[in-house]
Amino acid sequence: MAILEVKGLRKAFGGAQVLRGVDFKLEQGQALSIIGSSGSGKTTLLRCLNFLETPDEGQLYVKGEELWGPACTQPVRQKRLHFGLVFQNFNLFPQYTALQNVTLAMDLLARERLGKAGAKQAAAENRAQAQALLGQVGLGDKLSHYPFQLSGGQQQRVAIARALALRPDILCFDEPTSALDPELTGEVLRVIKGLKSRNTTMIVVTHEMEFARNVSDQVLFMADGVIEEAGTPDEVFGAPRREKTRAFLANCLRPVY
Amino acid sequence: MSFWDVTLELLKGFQTTVVIFAGTLAAALPLGLVVCFGSMCRFAPLRWLTRTFIWIIRGTPLMLQVIVVFYVPGLAFGMPVQNRLAAVLAAFIINYAAYFSEIYRGGIEGVPQGQWEAGQVLGMTRGQIFLRVVLLQVVKRILAPMSNEIITLVKDTSLARVIAVGEVIRAAQDITAQRALLWPLFYTGVFYLVFNGGLTLLFGWAEKKLSYYRG
Repeated sequence: MAILEVKGLRKAFGGAQVLRGVDFKLEQGQALSIIGSSGSGKTTLLRCLNFLETPDEGQLYVKGEELWGPACTQPVRQKRLHFGLVFQNFNLFPQYTALQNVTLAMDLLARERLGKAGAKQAAAENRAQAQALLGQVGLGDKLSHYPFQLSGGQQQRVAIARALALRPDILCFDEPTSALDPELTGEVLRVIKGLKSRNTTMIVVTHEMEFARNVSDQVLFMADGVIEEAGTPDEVFGAPRREKTRAFLANCLRPVY
Repeated sequence: MSFWDVTLELLKGFQTTVVIFAGTLAAALPLGLVVCFGSMCRFAPLRWLTRTFIWIIRGTPLMLQVIVVFYVPGLAFGMPVQNRLAAVLAAFIINYAAYFSEIYRGGIEGVPQGQWEAGQVLGMTRGQIFLRVVLLQVVKRILAPMSNEIITLVKDTSLARVIAVGEVIRAAQDITAQRALLWPLFYTGVFYLVFNGGLTLLFGWAEKKLSYYRG
């Protein structure tokens, strides 16, 4: 069974139809890349999955459980935790250290689940886990640094550790390297690639075509609020069937000037 | 009248100044937050009502507001205000709540939306996000405009004189009237300066405390 199933997802802002019926499936442990030009609805799709936007229509299933359907009006907070999201602009909490950024939500959830006494015990465990995660993204020596003391690439890696800490079923990335200087994108993409080799289920909205081609199992090309073309990287990049896909890839791969 | 006697006399007046200052601050700081939430409310009628209130309060002189609060209950409803200090406090609290609310609003709206979203995708409640993530950033953002406003409040207390409340300038004027001495009036400036000097140090300390992070 697919870990994620999206059916007929629609979203409009005012009169503008941004998603006009999006359907796809994702298998456990697979990495899905979403490509397409600005305004094609990629980011809105990701934000709908994370309930930062409320879908107008459509259904969302994770492991067969309905997260969103016709009867839903308000996103339920617990259901968010099936997804993690790494933002384009990192959105780290500036007043907390790298370690505290990772542990904050862990500790709050522990208190909710275990009560005050249990949370105290869990705090030490959370700390160790957060340290391990920051080590995994190569920041084991920056635990007590504040975000402003870190480079963009380092901040984004903290953000990845923070998202991983809650063990989401599916980790989403919204153009994770678009706000970075070119020489810093590599360190972030290497971390994401590392996650792929650990079988993390991922959805990556990206403009890094080489990365999408090499790392993902499945590629979606979106245009005007629909999935124009879907397939393996070799299919979409190697032999695109749609005219729009070909035009988009041509513009991405060769200089337009 | 010796320098010492004048100092004691003015200190008595300055007590009232401090009472107006502290009372206004203690009540207007939380009330301002309520007004702020009103002015940011999603329910439009409440939002417009609150913003009209802020417009009226910020658009008219505080001196006039003190006079209105003191005289209007007697003129309009036959219930004259007995306690002059209470009238001053009421006018000051309403006035400063309006100003504080706008500073709060600026501070809250200045925190990037991404901070709320990051908290949401981490499964935090809106209350948790406000208290654990947003609040400190708001405090840091509003510290400078608040210190400005609070120092203005210290000096605005002199407007209480308009309904004959005996704050420090009023006390000095009494001495001038009774003893034909003008210097005590100038001397009151020292009281304000010392008090505001203390406040400036306090705000400087708070700013330093919050300078451990940026952003």
